[in-house]
Amino acid sequence: MKRFRHALIFFASLVVLWQIICWVRNSPVLLPGPLVVARYLGEAIMDGTLGVATWITAKRLLIGYGIGCVIGLPLGLMTARSKFLGDTVGLLALGLQTLPSVCWVPLALLWFGQSEGAMLFVVVMGTLWSVLIAVDNGVRNLPPIYVRAAHTMGSSGAHTLLKVVLPASLPFVVSGMKQGWAFAWRSLMAAEIYVTILTGYGLGHLLHFGRELNAMEQVIGVMFVIIGIGLLADKILFSPWEHFMHRRWGTARE
Amino acid sequence: MSISDELENIVPAKLVVEDVSKSFAGRGRRVQALDNIRLEVGEGEFVCLVGPSGCGKSTLLNLIAGLDYPDSGRVLADGRPVVGPGRDRMVMFQEHALFPWLDVVGNVMFGLKLKPGLTRKDRREVARYYLKLVGLEKFMDSNVHELSGGMKQRVALARALAPNPRVLLMDEPFAALDAMTREQFYVDMQKIWAARRKTIILVTHNVREAVCLGDRVLIFSAHPGRIREEFKITLPRPRDFSSLELAALAGDITRALKSHTTAEAAA
Repeated sequence: MKRFRHALIFFASLVVLWQIICWVRNSPVLLPGPLVVARYLGEAIMDGTLGVATWITAKRLLIGYGIGCVIGLPLGLMTARSKFLGDTVGLLALGLQTLPSVCWVPLALLWFGQSEGAMLFVVVMGTLWSVLIAVDNGVRNLPPIYVRAAHTMGSSGAHTLLKVVLPASLPFVVSGMKQGWAFAWRSLMAAEIYVTILTGYGLGHLLHFGRELNAMEQVIGVMFVIIGIGLLADKILFSPWEHFMHRRWGTARE
Repeated sequence: MSISDELENIVPAKLVVEDVSKSFAGRGRRVQALDNIRLEVGEGEFVCLVGPSGCGKSTLLNLIAGLDYPDSGRVLADGRPVVGPGRDRMVMFQEHALFPWLDVVGNVMFGLKLKPGLTRKDRREVARYYLKLVGLEKFMDSNVHELSGGMKQRVALARALAPNPRVLLMDEPFAALDAMTREQFYVDMQKIWAARRKTIILVTHNVREAVCLGDRVLIFSAHPGRIREEFKITLPRPRDFSSLELAALAGDITRALKSHTTAEAAA
């Protein structure tokens, strides 16, 4: 409760500060006030534009992210355990991970057109390599004693992989998935802002239109929504895992 | 299978090590870790292996556990050659090797999950029995990091005992514990061994520990790893770690151990 109060006071003061700056500068184009932005958000929610755009963006993100994880997890396990795959696929992943995935946008547009496919491709490219490298790293850093202990207890093959190797590398896997999420989210936003996708307008497009119309309250409103989704994703997707790890591994600081 | 079947005190196994040799690639040359080891361990016998670091004691333990394979010779458990790890031969390592992603009871249940015919409730009951045996029943739902070093090793012991193995292989499990904890462990270990009869091989640096626990103490020497001498310990049980007879016997064995290692250094 105390923490909640602290956060509330902090953010309320930010809004007040924002309002004060608006009064001093008084330029609705350069910096619209909090009330104007709130009114835009209210209207956009009521007429459905925000809901539709959020849904389109979230769908691209979740599907692309899901595909990236589903491919990246097993590939990471494989590159860590096979020298051949580590020297080939592992190296490829390391190289591609350094490439900001927004760089894939031009190619994706050529290959898939201005469509969902292009967006998904960019999101997958953002997710896949981070997840793969994190899992690979986690498995390589595994204390060998865990697998030996598991073997003496009758565990082998897929059982060891799923019940020992994967949970043991959980701290690495989760941080890799978090990084993959951040890459995917950023590159999707960049792509949506700079490219018109004919199959649906996401949050990035909404922001872009705001800019074209000089409607800065729309730009700022959408920015808030984007921040909100980021926070929500963190709380829903990653917090439970991090909480679990802090409790089990004892890494929480009280 | 019911819990009472599961907890039944089964006959401990007889182990035979037949002319086993094992070498490893060291810096540019091969190191003979074990050279023609012959060893027989009777049913329910407690054998301790002592010797300097790098003398191959742990290697021998790994071969018996089935975690590694000999270059030549073979290991028999109850007449059957050991071809890999098995639940009939459980291992306790120097590090507790508990899984941090599971709670205490989850760790003890890990090996039981791979046993067919037990429901989740049965497994929990079996785990509870062994945690009680090591005095940690109250900590079933604790996380591993919340336990002290000695408690972790106790959980590791419960985990090794839970699948009801016939052989328990212990690789310096007390080495990282403080002296007080260790001495309490010797008392408990003797009680537990009396309650759950197993064939035990304990690898240790600590001669007094070996004398306190073992029926037999074998002295190893390094380069190449060989069994040099054997002492039968006939002191009555339960043995007191601080008793004079025990200390005197440990002194004799330590002297023998030293003579073997200095002879080896001179050679």
